[in-house]
Amino acid sequence: MHVHRFEKLWFGAALLLIVAFIATIVYGAAGPGVAMVSDDGGTIDADKVANGNFNQTDNFRSPGVYRENGQVHVYIVARQFLFNPGTSQAIEVPANEQVTFHVTSADVMHGFNLAGTNVNSMVIPGQVATFSVTFDETGSHGIVCHEYCGSGHHTMAGKLTVVSQSQFELAPDADAVEASGGS
Amino acid sequence: MATEHPDNVTDAPGETPEETDESYVEIDGTERRRAFVDRYPNAAQAVRVLFGVSFLSFAVGALFGLVQALHRTGVLRVIASADYYTILTAHGVLLALVFTTFGITGLFHWANTRSLGVAPTSQRLTWLWIGTMTLGTLFAGSTIVAGLFPDIPASADVLFTFYAPLEAHPLFYVGAALLIVGSWIAGVDWFLQYREWRSANPDSRIPLQSFMVMTTMLMWYLSTLGVAVEVVVFLIPWSLGLIGQVDPLLTRTLFWYFGHPVVYFWLLPAYMIWYTVLPKLAGGRLFSDPLARVVFVLFLILSTPVGFHHQYTDPGVPAGFKFVAMTNTMFLLLPSLLTLFTVVASIEHGARQRGGEGYLSWLRSLPWDRPAFTGIALSGIMFGAGGFSGMINAGMNINYLVHNTLWVPGHFHLTVGTAFALTLMAVSYWLVPQITGKRLKLRGVAALQPYVWFLGMVLMSNAMHRAGLAGVPRRTAEPEYQQFSYDTVVGGIAEMQMQIALGGTVLFVGAVMFLAVMLATWTLSPPNANLRVNGELPEPLSTATDSPKVLDNLKLWFAVAVVLVVLAYGIPLYSMVADGILSPGSVPFPV
Ligand code: HEM
Ligand SMILES: [Cu+2]
Ligand SMILES: [Cu+2]
Repeated sequence: MHVHRFEKLWFGAALLLIVAFIATIVYGAAGPGVAMVSDDGGTIDADKVANGNFNQTDNFRSPGVYRENGQVHVYIVARQFLFNPGTSQAIEVPANEQVTFHVTSADVMHGFNLAGTNVNSMVIPGQVATFSVTFDETGSHGIVCHEYCGSGHHTMAGKLTVVSQSQFELAPDADAVEASGGS
Repeated sequence: MATEHPDNVTDAPGETPEETDESYVEIDGTERRRAFVDRYPNAAQAVRVLFGVSFLSFAVGALFGLVQALHRTGVLRVIASADYYTILTAHGVLLALVFTTFGITGLFHWANTRSLGVAPTSQRLTWLWIGTMTLGTLFAGSTIVAGLFPDIPASADVLFTFYAPLEAHPLFYVGAALLIVGSWIAGVDWFLQYREWRSANPDSRIPLQSFMVMTTMLMWYLSTLGVAVEVVVFLIPWSLGLIGQVDPLLTRTLFWYFGHPVVYFWLLPAYMIWYTVLPKLAGGRLFSDPLARVVFVLFLILSTPVGFHHQYTDPGVPAGFKFVAMTNTMFLLLPSLLTLFTVVASIEHGARQRGGEGYLSWLRSLPWDRPAFTGIALSGIMFGAGGFSGMINAGMNINYLVHNTLWVPGHFHLTVGTAFALTLMAVSYWLVPQITGKRLKLRGVAALQPYVWFLGMVLMSNAMHRAGLAGVPRRTAEPEYQQFSYDTVVGGIAEMQMQIALGGTVLFVGAVMFLAVMLATWTLSPPNANLRVNGELPEPLSTATDSPKVLDNLKLWFAVAVVLVVLAYGIPLYSMVADGILSPGSVPFPV
């Protein structure tokens, strides 16, 4: 079989390009530590989420913002067509500190995206999506449900506000800031 | 007169090789045309029916595309936003599943028959699969459309990905299953044809087009297994109430097990045209037949163990397996990059045969006024851009920025929406005369059409990519929210919206132009004309004869593909089903 010299060159260049791509992604994942959503949030009974029986789940709490062992954790339930908390009341988190989100669904599939950022996760009934974010700047972000979830999907959005640490600590009862949220 | 046109050669002034007549032979003293329709009338009829259904779906799908482009940009809202999702389901199903599958099976039926030189073995078998696929389309299509009428108690507004636990009418899932089963039987039809050819040609290499048809179908069998299990084992019984719950992550994973290889099911037929027909249309020959075989074997092996790259942002899937999928995906770039080389080299060869010279000025010698050539060439250029945005999707970390934003439809309107769709349209300008026996009508409209599609897609896709970077979600009737407004990187949201609406409108015009040419050719052109196209495909510069025989060992490559799938999917699928195949379970949420 005759393989043209240019073909061989091209083949080599293509392989090199591919390996380079993989290398940059490995670097991106391992070096600066871009966190991926993985399976460490565990599974959950969607029925219990729908009925609010959070006392029966060990990897999810009643929706709201908490401080657990000194770290900020946010528990969010997505349901047709709102985020609790997030939609009727903005989620408030501190800047320059790791915030861990736990998101699950009470009904169908949803999405959770802070518009224009790489904070992006699917929300799948039966699964808890867990991911950590450190916000460098104060300000607010829109929360968009980016997965079609029914006829009112386009109304499903919310807001997250990043406040300075001092403001966040100023909140009364700083140990467990429960969001009353939702419907 | 016609006898002065031997195959492949022409020196008549004003005629390009693409424009020579079909071959004629003398039988009993009369000149007989030997176009595809004359040699294989039954196969040609089957291809006509397949293309008919394909183009009809395209017509409806394109109209809905226009409705979407105008609606979600706020330019014109003729439907209620709640109905947007019915329209979007129809657009996705009709274009991504029906237009493609019927168009592809039509192309394959032609290509396998042409290259083996053997008529399909059983007409009943052919009609069986065409009937099965058509019935499936009618079932799925009618349940979707029923969603527009509140009085009809059926609905299927679940989009073409039909993620559980949103639940469609059972007929929707049955329809999807029938469409796939029909395509399986189609493959049997082609393998039987091959077997017949093989018994007459025990020592020959598999003809190239048939090789491409069969490798693609093997990939298709392996990959459709996922969606078949999803639909038949889980969704149909669940929507009928026979089982109470399904595991949404498991069904979604089964969908994406199929959902990436399906894009190669769309792409490989386009590649087949690029490899085997485009060089001829450019006036040259395919550069290398063995390399084309290598490319298709690589696709067979690598297409399926990559589906998790659609689930980078999914909870419940271990990060390590996302990583494996990413690596495989990057290696899938290899056959596409090789294709790029061969296609460009073959076109250049064609241009030089036509007298082209210089480093780049040979480009001017190509037949840019011939729609079959232009359409395919432009679709290749767009695919380059689509490949680039695809590499970005495939990078795990950047994916988090664009997942489920408008970037994604921006990407796949370049790939399936142009690389496949425009290739099918373009090759139809050349092929439809051969399967109908009618000369192409409205040639001026046809000559312009690929440019119109190209322009529309540049506008729409570019703006979709940019809007996606700003965070504008896909699959949304009204992407404007009370809670916030978007920060854009380049340009403003209003300008992007206008460009999407304008691009969508231009695309729709392009679709209408194509359909007008087809309709006019089919209905107005007299039968038994001189076709002005020639179905002969020239020999490649480097033929298969001296390439390693192992390339044609389809059983071996299929086995390798199965092993890779088991490696990529075995453990994660096992861990999803280990807690019970229906748990964590979800009850249906009817739409
Ligand atoms: C007239 C030409 C077309 C126009 C104007 C058009 C327009 C659009 C628009 C605006 C969307 C985004 C909708 C949204 O996410 O809210 C969309 C989605 C889509 N289009 Fe097209 N399109 C056209 C042709 C095609 C073609 C030829 C194909 C495939 C062969 C295609 C396949 C799809 C698919 C698969 C989706 C995604 C559906 C979903 O998210 O469920 N489109 N189209
Ligand atoms: Cu939604
Ligand atoms: Cu993919």
